[in-house]
Amino acid sequence: MILFGKYMSILFKAQMQYRTSFFLLSLGQFFVPFSVFAGLYFLFARFGQVEGWSFYEVGLCFAVIHMAFAISECLARGFDSFSSLVASGEFDRLLVRPRNTILQVLGSKFEFTRIGRLAQSVAVMIWVLIHLPIEWDAIKVVTLILMVISGVFIFTGIFMLAATLCFWTIQAIEVANIFTDGGREMAQYPLSIYKKWVTRFFTFVIPFGCTNYLPLLFLLGKTTGPDFIYMLIPLVGVFFILPCLLIWQFGVKHYRSTGS
Amino acid sequence: MISVQGLNKSFKVARRSSGLRQATKALFHRDYQTVHALSDISFSIQPGEIVGYIGPNGAGKSTTIKVMSGILVPDSGSCEIMGYTPWKDRARYVKNIGVVFGQRSQLWWDVPVIDSFELLRDIYKVSPSEYKANLSLLVETLQLSDLLHTPVRQLSLGQRMRCEIAASLLHSPTLLFLDEPTIGLDAVSKLAVRQFIKTYNNERNLTVILTTHDMNDIEALAERLILIGKGHILFDGRLKALREKFGAHKTLTIDYKESASNIDIIGTTILSQTGQRAVLGVDTKQINVSEVIGKLSEQLELSDVSVEAQPIEELIVQLYQEYEL
Repeated sequence: MILFGKYMSILFKAQMQYRTSFFLLSLGQFFVPFSVFAGLYFLFARFGQVEGWSFYEVGLCFAVIHMAFAISECLARGFDSFSSLVASGEFDRLLVRPRNTILQVLGSKFEFTRIGRLAQSVAVMIWVLIHLPIEWDAIKVVTLILMVISGVFIFTGIFMLAATLCFWTIQAIEVANIFTDGGREMAQYPLSIYKKWVTRFFTFVIPFGCTNYLPLLFLLGKTTGPDFIYMLIPLVGVFFILPCLLIWQFGVKHYRSTGS
Repeated sequence: MISVQGLNKSFKVARRSSGLRQATKALFHRDYQTVHALSDISFSIQPGEIVGYIGPNGAGKSTTIKVMSGILVPDSGSCEIMGYTPWKDRARYVKNIGVVFGQRSQLWWDVPVIDSFELLRDIYKVSPSEYKANLSLLVETLQLSDLLHTPVRQLSLGQRMRCEIAASLLHSPTLLFLDEPTIGLDAVSKLAVRQFIKTYNNERNLTVILTTHDMNDIEALAERLILIGKGHILFDGRLKALREKFGAHKTLTIDYKESASNIDIIGTTILSQTGQRAVLGVDTKQINVSEVIGKLSEQLELSDVSVEAQPIEELIVQLYQEYEL
């Protein structure tokens, strides 16, 4: 963990060598989801609500998912751009160092410019929370934090799965974007507005529902049942990382036996 | 220290043909071809040895290095280095080795060299006192003091290579793999790198495995040579033994007073001849160099004689041809 911080600090120093580019890219990252959010705003301005969800409720959903996405793109960028690491042979270098590969791949790259995207989603969250009539208590605050953490783990897991495929293909697979970018686009709305199979897929296969939809119901007081269960649901999303870790280990093993 | 027994490794390689049509076909169906990168490789290396590991491109050099550094798992065979099997105890084993890939940097490109060194210290969990001692020794012997605070991207190739070597020795490994350490360096840098390896090997009893295409590296550093071709070990022994076995040729250059007589001695070939100078190739299996000089001095009035052993490059080329590599 300390080492993770050290990796981050050296790459931050490197990033600061290109300061102008950093600020411009961060600014860009601020405005990309901003336009999506503007679309959301105008949609609701025209139709009032969607399937019983108000604008601010969906806004909260949006903020949580984009926050999680921004954080995981910043921290797990090493997995997201893993194909270049394999193609250049740099992965061999990681294997001759006495640390586990996951930590080293995470430490190989950080995308600090995602701070722009993060800032935008924080702004949205503050704005919608001011307008939502939620009675805050400790459980709800914890739930909200867990939602973001859970989302970070799920996105990281998907990045990892996509990276693992690079062991076989060398090149990055665009298919994986369906689940990262696509997952983000889907999960920024409450899942109940979709068809049944879509909802199921994003609850049981890739558990965005546990990050977003189910705890969201609780935060908005749309549920009955014991509070702590809803508080713990985001943790289920965190467990998504476990099979990803196993598959990653399998991929590394394959790489070491084929050398490709 | 190192004992390698019967290593085998083969790869499946997709066969590709040229042409758009073939490329389209390859999208759906691929022919695989098995390439035996290593066949029955065995050798052992003692602590403190410098071993030159050479062979033409694609001979299996880097596959061997990858197996020995724990990156690759072989199909069969055993390899024991310092009591570890590299591919089984990877994390614990690699603490004891240093690896320099000549064509790939292990330093962080945009930050000063010292920052990379400090991160490596943390990766390898080097204690502060050990780090300090190693760093000051390396900075002194490799003359890095002016370079430490320069970003890596601003270093010249030679400067960078010195930093790379220092980086791979910070955690005081007992075994160092050098993969083409002098590639692309100018003459001065090459000499500096060689000199350093030699000294460090002497002082620390560091074992070095060196792959290179520059035969001068071998000549300057390695007492022992392992030659690999098409996955087989072709020669393993001292450089001198290789010379004796294959390089029975000497080159004799003579200067003499103008003379019209022809040089014709059994066992020699005339490589070039001008009015006052001739270069002869001597096959020492047929005739001694001193005999040749004796015979020459009967015919000619010699003013200068020099004898040179066959350059090792030629020897290797000859070997490659002999084994049809």
